[in-house]
Amino acid sequence: MTRPRTGGMTRTRSPRTDTASSPAPEAADYARTVTVGSAAISMSGVVKRFGEVTAVAGLDLDVPAGVCFGLLGPNGAGKSTTMRMLTAQAIADEGEIHVLGHRLPQQSKQARMAMGVAPQLDNLDVELTCRQTLAVFACLYRVPRTRRAAAVARALQIANLSARADTVVRELSGGMRRRLLIARALIHEPRLVLLDEPTVGLDPQVRQELWTLIDGLRTAGVTVLMSTHYIEEAERLADTVAVMSSGRIVAQGTPAQLTAAHAGREVIEVYGPPATLERLEADATARGWEHRRSGPALALLRAETLDGEAPEGVRRPANLEDAFVALTGQEIE
Amino acid sequence: MRSPDRRSSDGRELGVTGDRGAGPTAAGMRERRVRRLEPAALAGVMMRDVVLFRRYWKATTFSSIVQPVIYLLAFGLGFGRLVPSVDHQRYVQYLATGVVATAVLFSSACPGMFNTFIRWRFQRTYDALLAAPVDAEELVTAEMLWISARAGVYGLAPLAVGLAFGLHATPGMLLAAPVGFLTGFGFAGFGVLIAAEAKTIDNFNYITSAVLTPMFLVAGTFFPISGLPSALRVIARFNPLYHCVALVRDAALDSFSGADLGHAAVLLAFAAAMWRLAVWRLGRRLVD
Repeated sequence: MTRPRTGGMTRTRSPRTDTASSPAPEAADYARTVTVGSAAISMSGVVKRFGEVTAVAGLDLDVPAGVCFGLLGPNGAGKSTTMRMLTAQAIADEGEIHVLGHRLPQQSKQARMAMGVAPQLDNLDVELTCRQTLAVFACLYRVPRTRRAAAVARALQIANLSARADTVVRELSGGMRRRLLIARALIHEPRLVLLDEPTVGLDPQVRQELWTLIDGLRTAGVTVLMSTHYIEEAERLADTVAVMSSGRIVAQGTPAQLTAAHAGREVIEVYGPPATLERLEADATARGWEHRRSGPALALLRAETLDGEAPEGVRRPANLEDAFVALTGQEIE
Repeated sequence: MRSPDRRSSDGRELGVTGDRGAGPTAAGMRERRVRRLEPAALAGVMMRDVVLFRRYWKATTFSSIVQPVIYLLAFGLGFGRLVPSVDHQRYVQYLATGVVATAVLFSSACPGMFNTFIRWRFQRTYDALLAAPVDAEELVTAEMLWISARAGVYGLAPLAVGLAFGLHATPGMLLAAPVGFLTGFGFAGFGVLIAAEAKTIDNFNYITSAVLTPMFLVAGTFFPISGLPSALRVIARFNPLYHCVALVRDAALDSFSGADLGHAAVLLAFAAAMWRLAVWRLGRRLVD
């Protein structure tokens, strides 16, 4: 499998103008070279087993500082286990993990101090108010006493929950709870944020709101590692996407690179009765055309290379989903 | 939905983050030495407990007052007529000091079991705390400290109620609080340990009926252990609650002797052992 390497500067969309165009004094320039090029997270040869099951099977992952990095994979690919290893809530059986220069699990507490975590499963205290929740975590994240009230107010504002500050969590809507979960991860202005499936189970409108919030983080220079099984989410937010399958990274690159490398430029979708599709599928296999069943249609990848020989169908640009299915063999949302 | 402001209210950049990661906060954190039991981590965990306590202190306080009242009424009025004195003490004296241990036991072992299990398995609170810079050891220690502080204070309730039943107030009675704290710390740890090993919450029924109930009866709470068969007397000496009762009684009567050092030593050893066991067992379950 090809693996397009991404360097520290692989920021294809919305490059930050402040670093690119401002007259950079020597000191600022230095800061850039040490942090942008260096990895916020680096994992090499990481293995995690649960009894007979190997959840993570030799994972190599480098997340450069300052990017939004998407970890895309079907359910059960090992994304959550990877996330838990980064907070030392799961300890790797093999391999090395460094987070913000701290070696895990030995220095995990220092690493946890500098990063924020929003888990997949809502673990908010339902009996606390938004303000109380954030105040507790301000204390846990060692925000100095005198700055705690300001930190709480700021986090409430980021999550657009200022008006709900004194509402008990139990009474919040699903979207608000998810926003509070992210605000809790931002209370100490971390340099790195882990978001595990940040929008799972939310309706499209709420998902849009969260995307705006996450995009804002990236703009502010926070390194974001986000796991997701929504293609659209990865495509919209991530500078770099790593596709994870069966506990390994099977491909990595920008969404455009991944699409081009694994699905080509165009896809032809052929619709028809099941019998016809089965015949076409056998034909495509015999000719060595890359294809996949996509709902009621058969999709032929790299349509641009098939000139004239391809059956009639709907031509459309290839997308990350085509690449994802080609890579993992699994259909997802 | 608003995206994060680049500047926070005090004018600093949002997040000393990303490409300018060498800012004051980040640098400060990177160089910070971390200890095993950090006060900030303990305080953060306990702050959560305090906030929650402010919500239901009324119910807890109500039951901690009513229970000794019932014991004193039932046993004091019922038995007190038949048994004017026990071990050279008036029965009300004997009973009120004994009930301190019962109050401490139930206000520490039960939260140790139930709160731990619920917060860990149902509410996933511990998962959230451990993703923050809090280690399992700090988490367990903070929870135990909070429970035992509460147990120490509520241990005074039976004595306060006893005053209304003719107990003579002595300054030594206040020592019931530190004794209750120490005993409560041990039993909180016992509860956490049980929660760490329990498969379902129903398992706690075995512990309450087969361990806790005999424990508070065979501790010299309602009747002296001297009247028991010798085998039970020996077992009672291994019961931390027996030593708690003995200390509280001597404190309330200002009749300390060398034996009290022994009682205190047993309670200390019990608390230390339970602390380490609770940290070890729950720590193993919390981290995969």
